[in-house]
Amino acid sequence: MANVLKKVDAVIVGFGWAGAIMAKELTEAGLQVVALERGPMQDTYPEGSYPQVIDELTYSVRKKLFVDVSKETVTIRHSVNDVALPNRQLGAFLPGKGVGGAGLHWSGVHFRVDPIELRMRSHYEERYGKAFIPEDMTIQDFGVTYQELEPYFDFAEKVFGTSGQAWTVNGTVVGAGKGGNPYAADRSSPFPLPAQKNVVSAKLFEKAATSLGYKPYNLPSANTSGPYTNPYGAQMGPCNFCGFCSGYVCYMYSKASPNVNILPALRQVPNFELRANAHVLRVNLDDSKRNATGVTYIDAQGREVEQPADLVILAAFQFNNVRLMLLSGIGKPYDPVKNEGVVGRNFAYQNMGTVKAFFDKDTYTNNFIGAGGNGIAIDDFNADNFDHGPYGFVGGSPMWVNQAGSRPIAGIANPPGTPAWGSAWKKATADYYTHQVSMDAHGAHQSYRGNYLDLDPTYRDAFGQPLLRMTFDWQENDIKMNQFMVDKLSKVAQAMNPKSIAVLGKKVKEHFNTASYQTTHLNGGAIMGTDPKTSALNRYLQSWDVPNVFVPGASAFPQGLGYNPTGLVAALTYWSARAIREQYLKNPGPLVQA
Amino acid sequence: MPEHAPDNPRRDFLRKTLTLIPVVTVASTGLGVGASQLLAAPQHAPKVPATPPAGHYQPTFFTAEEWAFLQAAVARIIPADELGPGALEAGAAEFIDRQMNTPYATGAQWYMQGPFNADAAPELGYQLQLSPQQIYRLGIAAVDDWCKANSGHVFAAQDSATRDRILAKVEAGELVFDALPAKLFFSLLVQNTREGFFCDPVHGGNKGMVGWTQIGFPGARADFMDWVERNEPYPFPAVSIRGERA
Repeated sequence: MANVLKKVDAVIVGFGWAGAIMAKELTEAGLQVVALERGPMQDTYPEGSYPQVIDELTYSVRKKLFVDVSKETVTIRHSVNDVALPNRQLGAFLPGKGVGGAGLHWSGVHFRVDPIELRMRSHYEERYGKAFIPEDMTIQDFGVTYQELEPYFDFAEKVFGTSGQAWTVNGTVVGAGKGGNPYAADRSSPFPLPAQKNVVSAKLFEKAATSLGYKPYNLPSANTSGPYTNPYGAQMGPCNFCGFCSGYVCYMYSKASPNVNILPALRQVPNFELRANAHVLRVNLDDSKRNATGVTYIDAQGREVEQPADLVILAAFQFNNVRLMLLSGIGKPYDPVKNEGVVGRNFAYQNMGTVKAFFDKDTYTNNFIGAGGNGIAIDDFNADNFDHGPYGFVGGSPMWVNQAGSRPIAGIANPPGTPAWGSAWKKATADYYTHQVSMDAHGAHQSYRGNYLDLDPTYRDAFGQPLLRMTFDWQENDIKMNQFMVDKLSKVAQAMNPKSIAVLGKKVKEHFNTASYQTTHLNGGAIMGTDPKTSALNRYLQSWDVPNVFVPGASAFPQGLGYNPTGLVAALTYWSARAIREQYLKNPGPLVQA
Repeated sequence: MPEHAPDNPRRDFLRKTLTLIPVVTVASTGLGVGASQLLAAPQHAPKVPATPPAGHYQPTFFTAEEWAFLQAAVARIIPADELGPGALEAGAAEFIDRQMNTPYATGAQWYMQGPFNADAAPELGYQLQLSPQQIYRLGIAAVDDWCKANSGHVFAAQDSATRDRILAKVEAGELVFDALPAKLFFSLLVQNTREGFFCDPVHGGNKGMVGWTQIGFPGARADFMDWVERNEPYPFPAVSIRGERA
């Protein structure tokens, strides 16, 4: 029998970026807010203290900050005809474990969105015609425009302390010749901090891209180029390119995180409580199934606890939002055979390609130097910045050098053909470790009828609940796009005149490989939209079926973006929070009539 | 043995090493050390580090036979050569034995509930129920049994060239074992050997930071603000979490 606690105004499940932003916004509105985080308390001290955090083995190799898959994982299969098997070891993606979520160990690439990707189906139909989109591709519009979200992108950047160079501010060009991105959408203000310095690798990329006629720009980075105090009074120190970024807690307070940029402000207010080690089992619904009454969780001692609340925010990692909706009976589960239902629908990912260039010893790229959000990119092949007509695929890809710092246990890349061991391996490693450039095509990924999420019939988590099952594979469009992008990127690499290059792209009919790191940018499954038949949430991230449940996160994206998702997650969360504050709290109920 | 024990050979080694550095005793990021001192001894290419003195580590997980195998294997996976000491001299075997007493080694960080499907497609990742401890135990016995059947001697008793040939067969999966896939054993052995060669010395490997020094990784310095834009060799030697300087 669960211990029933006193009712609060709002309970938030998960304390990553989405949960922290919601907590800040709802406490500002005067609500009594409890945030439940399944993992442990984590912060700059002690998890990010120097010098203990400069430990590759403990952090990125033994996965100190990543989700504990011994307790909870997903099962994976390539098609509905296969039997899914558990993802027993982390490989392709690395969700977070505790307070801060993946926002504590992320890299910090902090983009907005290309406006056309918010209206993906409409845009492609308008420019290329309906027949251009493959029949089984289920891309759709978000139901919100860039203009509507712009104030929230702007504010999120100020909260994160983002470094970058604007192209236009209120229509005036300010970034020409200074590292601005001519393809970027208009902004209402400059970045809060100027762009960071660039490492040698990024400079080589810039020069090569320019020689090919492309338009290189500074990556927008949530790693500080100087000291900064955000609107919540949280202070950050300048990033020193320590090279221990992705997979680590920033010891310099330079990488934006919920822990550094939002939690210090929440600690000051009496109407907020953060409970770590609280694993939410389900959202409780009343008999009408149209109203949530709170959540039930397991505390650190294994006791079942019920937390009643008027408002429930599901702000867990993308997988977990979808799973909690399925476990709680919120929204109709998606059925790919009948093509009905919404929860689990439009599950999408990222379509990565990588090229590595190896140089002689007179080019010092010093790859141990790095910052996770830092680099030089081109958008000439991102979004719809080029004519897709002749190529026959949907989607684009930014390309970049994003040198986050490569460390020797996991960061060694050698030219193709180098043995994996012995003196030849040792010599190649010594010859190339500080003389190579790694560049990526960070491709958008589209949604398809057959890629979806549901509950696994066999495997269970440590609490006895079914695991989430991922049915997913690369489709013809993905391979076509990947090969196009990798070819373009290889030409940039060749323009650097390296000794040799290694190309890591996708082959025709290649299957999704769970053991090979892709990105942690998982999208969809609980998507926003304008039609309850094809979306689980309305345009304010409110459940169509249970209106006192809101579900912010990349789970709301109908397809994957070319850019990294965190900037859009943050902006959409502020957008949703504003709708709650200005509309929902005055008149609780559906904000959009179905 | 505690690090501060007076007769600790590692401590002894450090003391001897430090006497070779006239200006700087312990420098991590320069805290408490003047810039002129840091600049006193720049180096311009990965240097050939001295071989750390052999320790007297006694394994707690591996048996004597397994320990002999492990030392003989890591010595070939990353050999001592003209570039400097190899994984054996760096303490990779000690590192792996120490790792066997962590949750990683029992598979506690992996999802280990059944049912297991050992015949799953490789794209679905690791699907066996073996933990790293079991993979070592079964893998070492399998290779030693094969060696004995073929030559009458265990792996550790073979000469270097023969050990290389045997390891290549294991890597390629040419040896087929009942107990486990040969490739699985080999990939774990290579991974852990690299870890032992390149980890911070706090974990028992990379003694004297010999792994880092051979490739030019500066360890725990973690502050490169002045070096971001420079296309030139980074001149300072590696430092460790405990403040040792290579």
